Order: sequence, then structure tokens, then C-alpha cells
Amino acid sequence: MRISNFAYLLTFLLLSPLSLANSDYNMRKGVTDVSHSVYELHMTIFLICCVIGLIVFSVMFWALIKHRKSKGAVAAQFHESTKVEIVWTAIPFLILVIMAIPATKTLIAMEDTSKADITIKVTGSQWKWHYEYLGHDVDFFSVLSTPLSQVNNEEEKTETYLLDVDKPLVIPTNKKVRFLMTSDDVIHSWWVPDFAVKKDANPGFINEAWTKVNEEGIYRGQCAELCGKDHGFMPVVVEAVAPEKFEQWLTERKLAKTAAAKEAEALLSQTLSKEELMTEGQTVYMGYCAACHQPTGLGLPGVFPGLKDNAVVKGDLDAHIDVLLNGRPGTAMQAFAKQLTVKQIAAVITYKRNSWGNDTGDVIQPSQVQAFIDKTSGE
Amino acid sequence: MSTQVQSSEHAHEEHLTGIKRWLFTTNHKEIGSLYLIFSLVMFLIGGAMAMVIRAELFQPGLQLVDPHFFNQMTTVHGLIMVFGAVMPAFTGLANWMIPMMIGAPDMALPRMNNWSFWILPFAFAILLASLFMEGGGPAFGWTFYAPLSTTYSNDNTALFVFAVHIMGISSIMGAINVIVTIVNLRAPGVTWMKLPLFVWTWLITAFLLIAVMPVLAGAVTMVLTDKYFGTSFFSAAGGGDPVMFQHIFWFFGHPEVYIMILPAFGIISTIVPTFSRKKLFGYSSMVYATSSIAFLSFIVWAHHMFTTGMPLAGELFFMYATMLISVPTGVKVFNWVATMWRGSISFEIPMMFSIAFIVLFTLGGFSGLMLAITPADFQYHDTYFVVAHFHYVLVTGAVFSIMAAVYYWLPKWTGHMYCITTAKWHFWMSLISVNILFFPMHFVGLAGMPRRIPDYALQFADFNAIISIGGFAFGLSQLIFVWCVFKCARGGESVPAKVWDGAEGLEWEVPSPAPLHTFSTPPKVK
Amino acid sequence: MHAALVKKLIIAVVGMFAFAFALVPLYDVFCEVTGLNGKPDMEAAQASNLVDESRMVDVSFITQTKQGVPFSVKAKQFSVAVKPGEMSELVFVAKNLSEYQRVMQAVPSVSPGKAAKYLHKVACFCFDRQPFEPNQEIEFKLVFYVDTELPQDVQELTLSYAIFDISDVALARDDAKTEPYKG
Repeated sequence: MRISNFAYLLTFLLLSPLSLANSDYNMRKGVTDVSHSVYELHMTIFLICCVIGLIVFSVMFWALIKHRKSKGAVAAQFHESTKVEIVWTAIPFLILVIMAIPATKTLIAMEDTSKADITIKVTGSQWKWHYEYLGHDVDFFSVLSTPLSQVNNEEEKTETYLLDVDKPLVIPTNKKVRFLMTSDDVIHSWWVPDFAVKKDANPGFINEAWTKVNEEGIYRGQCAELCGKDHGFMPVVVEAVAPEKFEQWLTERKLAKTAAAKEAEALLSQTLSKEELMTEGQTVYMGYCAACHQPTGLGLPGVFPGLKDNAVVKGDLDAHIDVLLNGRPGTAMQAFAKQLTVKQIAAVITYKRNSWGNDTGDVIQPSQVQAFIDKTSGE
Repeated sequence: MSTQVQSSEHAHEEHLTGIKRWLFTTNHKEIGSLYLIFSLVMFLIGGAMAMVIRAELFQPGLQLVDPHFFNQMTTVHGLIMVFGAVMPAFTGLANWMIPMMIGAPDMALPRMNNWSFWILPFAFAILLASLFMEGGGPAFGWTFYAPLSTTYSNDNTALFVFAVHIMGISSIMGAINVIVTIVNLRAPGVTWMKLPLFVWTWLITAFLLIAVMPVLAGAVTMVLTDKYFGTSFFSAAGGGDPVMFQHIFWFFGHPEVYIMILPAFGIISTIVPTFSRKKLFGYSSMVYATSSIAFLSFIVWAHHMFTTGMPLAGELFFMYATMLISVPTGVKVFNWVATMWRGSISFEIPMMFSIAFIVLFTLGGFSGLMLAITPADFQYHDTYFVVAHFHYVLVTGAVFSIMAAVYYWLPKWTGHMYCITTAKWHFWMSLISVNILFFPMHFVGLAGMPRRIPDYALQFADFNAIISIGGFAFGLSQLIFVWCVFKCARGGESVPAKVWDGAEGLEWEVPSPAPLHTFSTPPKVK
Repeated sequence: MHAALVKKLIIAVVGMFAFAFALVPLYDVFCEVTGLNGKPDMEAAQASNLVDESRMVDVSFITQTKQGVPFSVKAKQFSVAVKPGEMSELVFVAKNLSEYQRVMQAVPSVSPGKAAKYLHKVACFCFDRQPFEPNQEIEFKLVFYVDTELPQDVQELTLSYAIFDISDVALARDDAKTEPYKG
């Protein structure tokens, strides 16, 4: 006896009390008015499909059981009826019209071009997000913070495995937040299921989305357009906080930016120890470089160069700094100038020049990196 | 003069043996067999890649392959299944059956037919070889969006382009052959509204192929020139637009998926009446429904692009047009059920696969309807919900119909009945495992798992483990099919010309196995 | 016997191949005809002669420069409030950060998409390729107005420039993109 999959699913869903919005196997209701409408729409269409399926398959299984040759059924001779064809064309058409009405309403409601309380530029690149609070001079990269050791099964995975970033996007609740999406390289897609916001980030153009979050909380999503090797490793994490907390956070970020600039300035006159540079360098390497160049420094032959015994790593310092700052256009090697501080670059270069048998003994100070920047930017 | 040429050609054929026979054959039955065997081999290779994917996704974390290789697996798995398994299988069935069904001695262009087939193994050898080259094979998805496929791909992309061009030429030549055969070679009395549904659906499919395969060729050429020859079709810096690629690709891509299902509809419309011992209900309605689906398939392409930043008017139009396709598709399902209603039904293996098709393809159709709803699609797009949808319509849809067709016509081709017990094992194991494999994909997709990722967050782990087990079981079950077909080809209980008592059609009037040349003299059809 | 039909089908195939390429200009035509134009104009617009005094629209300006592209382009003002029809000017400061001659291409994009055809640029540095001497800084003027026909529900829009270095193409120099620094 075969029972249709739908009957099973329907029964299961109807019998589990809190189940319907259980986010293990259904869409989330989310935390915005839009996400609630989308959820309702999804459930409505789904249930209509279940009912249609139940009816059609019941008829079919009835025939399969009652009109079996083995039970002596003799075939009737009818094989057409224009009336019936019209009826079962018209009724589905009407059902579609009924579905289209709430769908159209929800879509139109999403088309809201009224003034937003804050606009955030979201830039996707391989393989991280960059957020800029327009008009506020606050911007930062948001990079996966799950350690490679968890991905490589050397350490136990935490609950938010692959959905953690170093700096989440912070937005105020109950305010209209407008997002402008774009990309620096390939097409990415910014998606937060709890907001029902998904918009492609196209290189060279901007797209727009908006949300108004009703509840404080941390909301996690992922990149939703294949963008290369680490497409699965560039999560979106948004922290929605009350407007007052948000203002406070924004101010703190602005101050932190000024403080960081001052600190970087101070660093330029300091001489850091090799140990300090190696430790920081390893952290930077594992967080930013190892995904491609591997923790072993061996890279992926033919795809990502190994750094062990590498000519650039062991050779001219300026050329080495240049690759890190400006990337290698036409390859997957990104420019890290905006992402890493001068200290981090000095540290990671020191780390690479003294690891995996690359015993150059070189110790690179932040001031040397800054000198290169000054030399080549004409400022 | 012509008789002399004919008889010497005939004599020439009689003398060809071994490899030369298969390399130079112009016979529709032999070419049909070549297509079918090729497609089975490709199905197993593409399936092996799926096994690699499911093995990596069995648990969270990266265990077996690195992400770049994983992307190659998903890309080449898709390309092989679409262009190497499903399409050649349907072409093989077309080659074998269409001439017999219309009372023709062979396809209209037998030598082009040979070429259509033999360039395929060449194309796939190139594609598969690129996997072993430095830098690896294509890793940008079978949909190869720019600029991932242009600026950000490796140099082996040229091989991918070349292979796709050859596959396209093969399909186009095959389509021309099908159209000319059906239009020009029908035996007297085989009028349009007497054509078997399988012939109708293939005729319409062939027109779709003529219309859209060249567009794919255009898209893939533009990728080539953008990458190597300095054009900027898809690059903003040069005045182009990456979204333009998607428009061009999906203009091909959407009709392509109907190319992969219309012949399936034809097969089901052949098998269900046979085992219900009742004529197909609503023949002309079925023809019109198939034509409507084909027409509508041209105006829905942007439902793959709802998140690209489309104007509201576009979103609404494509939502409505896509929803509309469910009407003629539903009509077909109702007609099949009405064929069974008050018939005299028996449950041979082809019928079992057809019944499974009707239920499970419809399930895929329902998820398709859900996907058509634009605001909801924002949550489904690029998640496993889409993967579930298209695997239901393609595996439990197209592939099951191909298996149904093989079980239906294999006795005609070989003269032997296959081992029914083996076939039953294949059916039941496939049915159960395919649902364990693809049904939970709906859940993880809704729960938020994106597609094309080699590793996932912990909340998706349990279902992924179940899916992978289903995958391994489904893969193993296909070996039963290989065994069954192989055994049947070698021997089995002899069958008469009319293998199935409810079967109708000219193919059942020739002996089993069908002789190499049938209908050299056209039959008289009333 | 089959030649006529085969010929027709081959013509159809060739036609559809050409159609794929024709889609590129065809989309531009379609966008113009239907007004469904998400893309901003790439040609200078006529000056405006009508002003709608009844409302203000916020127009903001952002630039997008990929890491490694040696240009910095910034609008002197992040946003302006304008009346539809009112002519406005905005200065952008652009600098070539490298030691080489370079050519820049700015590609405009407007959001929301439905506002794109209502933003008229009378003078824009995005219309042309812009050559720079080493380390040169240039001030560009954007002259624009928002059409009075802008739908009432659009209260703010953003003009974004994506900044590209097209030196290798414009100057026919192979090394422009791969060797930005020479010691």
C-alpha cells in the first residue's frame, strides 16, 4: 500500500503542535511584517497544493484499486469529453487567480520607496561582506570567524558553526533600514531569512532592499549566489538592537575608528618583537590566508600558489607588500589594503617569511609597510 | 543507377562487423542503442559525482574534498545529467521508436544521425578531461553565470565552451532530423491527429531545441569572447551587465527544462493507456496542452531571476506567466488519471514507473508552483528547496519516464522479457531511496540551507545525513538496473510482436526483436 | 526530398544564434519602449525648464572602488535635497593614486530602479573615459536634475558610481594592471 508523501507530511504537520513554524523543516516566520506576510503566503500556497494533491491522488489510487484487471475490471470505452476538459482547465485557472491576489499584495507591499531612517551599503566580495553606514563614516568588513580547525574537524563545532562573523552588522529595531547591495567582483547575494530579504549583489551596479525589524536579536543568513570557492563560508550576521543602543553603538564605532587610527600612527614609531609579530601573524594567516594557501603553506597546486619556498615570500620586501595590499588582478588573490591594518600586514609577512622552512629571519615592522604605502600612493 | 547504389550500400552494411559497424552505422535502431548506452554510462558517471557530493555533505565540516573540487563536482554533475544523460536518452528513444511509430524505414537523414551521436562522446571526453587538468574543470555551476565564468574562472573554461558547443550541435542536428522525419516520412494514413503522443511530444520538443540551443551557443560564445577576446557583454567596466548573461542563458534555460520533460509526457501517455487497456483520454487536449506548455516556456525565463533587482512589473508578469504553466500541466495529469479511471489496470514494471512519475512529478510541480510566487521565492531562491524541486521533476520525472520507456520497449528491442524480479527490486529500491534522498531537501531548503555549498551549519546536519544515505542507496539501486538491462540483452524468455496485450501502435506489428530494417515498404494505415 | 525543410530549419537555427546576440541591443530598445528602465542614461540630458515646488527628494551619492583599483573618487557632499526639476551641481574629487598614467571609467547606477529614468544627468564624468597623469587629482562636476514626473512615492534615491581602471584597454598597455609598482 503506497501512501502519498503529502498525506504523511500533512498528518505530521497537523499533529505536531508548535510544529508549523518549526525552523528545522519549515520557513521561519521571521521578525518583520514582510517576513510574516511571506510566511503566511508560503503556508497558504502550500496547503492549497496539499489539498489539490490529496484530491487528485485519491482519485487515482481509487482507480488503481477498484479498476484492476486482477479484480475483474473491464475497461470502459470513453476517451474524450470537451466539457470535462473545460471544467478542469477553468477550475485550476480560478485557483491560480485566488493565489495570485495575496501574492500580488505582498509583492506590492515590499515595493516601499519611502524615506529610510538609515541606509547601509552592503558590498559582497570573495568571500566576505563589507558594510558602510552611509553618512556616518562607519564601515567595516564582516568575515567568517569560525576557526579553520572546526571546519577541518580538529575541534568540536560550536552551535553557530559557519554562521559567525567577527563584526556583525548592527541595525536599529523599528526603523526603516535601507540596504544598497553591490559587489566588487562576482555576483553574490545577501540573504537574511528572518527578514525575508534576499537581493543579488551585482558588480558595477546597485540593488536596493529594505527592512523594519520588530524584535531585538541576532539574525543569521548566508550568501545565496555561487561566488567561487568559499561561497559557503561568507555568512551574514545582523544584530538588531533598540534605537538608543544603536546610536550608542554607532558613536562607539566612530570613536574606535579614531582611536585605531591614532594607535596605528603610534605603532609606526615602535619596534615590535619577533614573537609578537609571529603570534599576530599566525592569527591573521589562519583567519585570512589559510583558506586558500592552507595552514601548511602548501597551497593548492595549479589553483593557489604554495608559500613555502615561494619566490615572492622569500624575495623583495616591497613586491611582497604590494601583493598583499593590492592583490593580483585577474586572480583570486584579493587586495587586503582596506581589510588589514598596517600592523597585521607586517605581522603576517613576518609569519610567512619564518614558517614552513622559509627561515629568512626577516622581521617586518609596521613602519616599513607604511613607508611602502606612502611611497606608492603619492600622498 | 539508384538501385545499384542501394544494393551495394546494403551489401556494405551486411559486411561491417565489430567496431566499424557501430562507428559507421546509419541505422536508427543501432544509433538509438548507441545513444541509450551512452546515456546510461553518463548517468553512472554523473551519479558517481553526486555520490562525491553526498559523501562530503554527509556530515558538517570538510572531510573528503576541498571546496573548489566540490564546485567542480556540482557543475559537472549538472552538465552531465542534463546534456549527457537525459537529453541523449530521450534522443535514443526517439531514434528507436519514431520511425517505427510512423511507419517509416528510418530517420530522414541517417548519415547526419550518425554524426549527431558520435560527436557526443568526443564532447564529454573534453569536458571530463578538463577535470584532470591543472586548475580543474568548470566550477561555476551548470548555469555558468558571468562574471564568475568569465573574469574569475581558469583557462580551462575554453574547453567547457568547446564541449558545450559540440553538445549543442548534436542536439540541433538531432532536432532537425526528428522534424524532417515526422513531417516528411509518415506512412500514408498516419495523419497529424493520429500520431502517437510520443511522436507529438518529440516533434514539439524538436522545435524547442531549434529555437533555444542556438541561444545557448550564443551565451557560451559571449562568455568565451568576454574572457579571451576583450568584449564586455557582461562586464560593467566596458558598458555591459552581468545580469544580461542571466537573461540570455535562461531564455535557453527555461525551454531547456521543458525539452527535458515533454518526451517524458509522451512516454507516460503511451504506457498508461497500454496498462489501463483503454485509449488515452483527451488525445487532442493532450496535444494542445503540450503545445501551450511549449509556448509558455518562452515567456517565463526571468522566474529564475527574481532576486536580481527586477522592476515590479517584471516580477508580476513573470509570476503570473509561470503560474499559468500549471494549468496545461494539470490538464495532462487529469487526462492520465481519466485514462486509468474505469480501465482494466495491471501493474507491470513500466506502469509502476509511470504511476510513480505521475505522483512524484506532480509533487515537483507543486514545489514549482510555490517557487513561482515571487515574494515567497525570495526565501526559496538558491536554497535546497529549488534543488528538491528540480530533482523531483528531473529524476522522479524525466529519469523515471526513461526507465519506464526502457522497461516498456526493451522486449521489443531485444526479443526477450527481462527478469521481472530484478526489475521489481530496481523499482522499489529506487522509489524508496529517491524519496529519502530528495524529500528532506525541501526541509533543509526551507530551513535556510543555500545550494552549492560544501559545508553547512549544524541545524542542517541531521537531514543532510538522511539525504546522503538516500543518495547512496539510490546510486546502488541503479546498478540493479544496469544488471537487469544487460541480462535482458543477453537472453530471456521470448516475446511475441505484441509484447503487452493492451499495447497499440505500429511498433507492435513488427516482430520482437525488431529486425534491423522495418517498414521498408510503408504499412497501410486506416 | 528533404532539402527544402532542412534548409528552413537551418535558417531558423542561424537566426536564433543571431537573436542571442541581438538580445543585447534589444533589451535597450525594450527598456526605452516600456519605460521599465532600471539603467541610468549614458548621454547628456537636456537642461530642465520646470520645477516642482511642492516636494523635496533626497539624492545621495556613493562611489564603489574595488580593492586594488588605484583611484579614489569622493563626492564633496554625501547627499543633497532637491526639488524635482531643479538643476543641481555636485563636485566629485577624483585622484589617480599611482605613479602611472591611468584611464578611469565610472559606471553609474541608480536605486531604486524605478527612479533611474527620472534622474537626468546634464553633465557627468561617467559619459567619457577619463585620463589621468600620475598622481593627478581632478575635480569633476556632476550637473543633474530629478524629473518632475518622478513617482510621488519615491522620497529618496541614490546615484552610485562604480569606478573601474580601464588603463590596459584604453592605453593598450599590457602591464598596466599587473605591475602597478616598479621599484
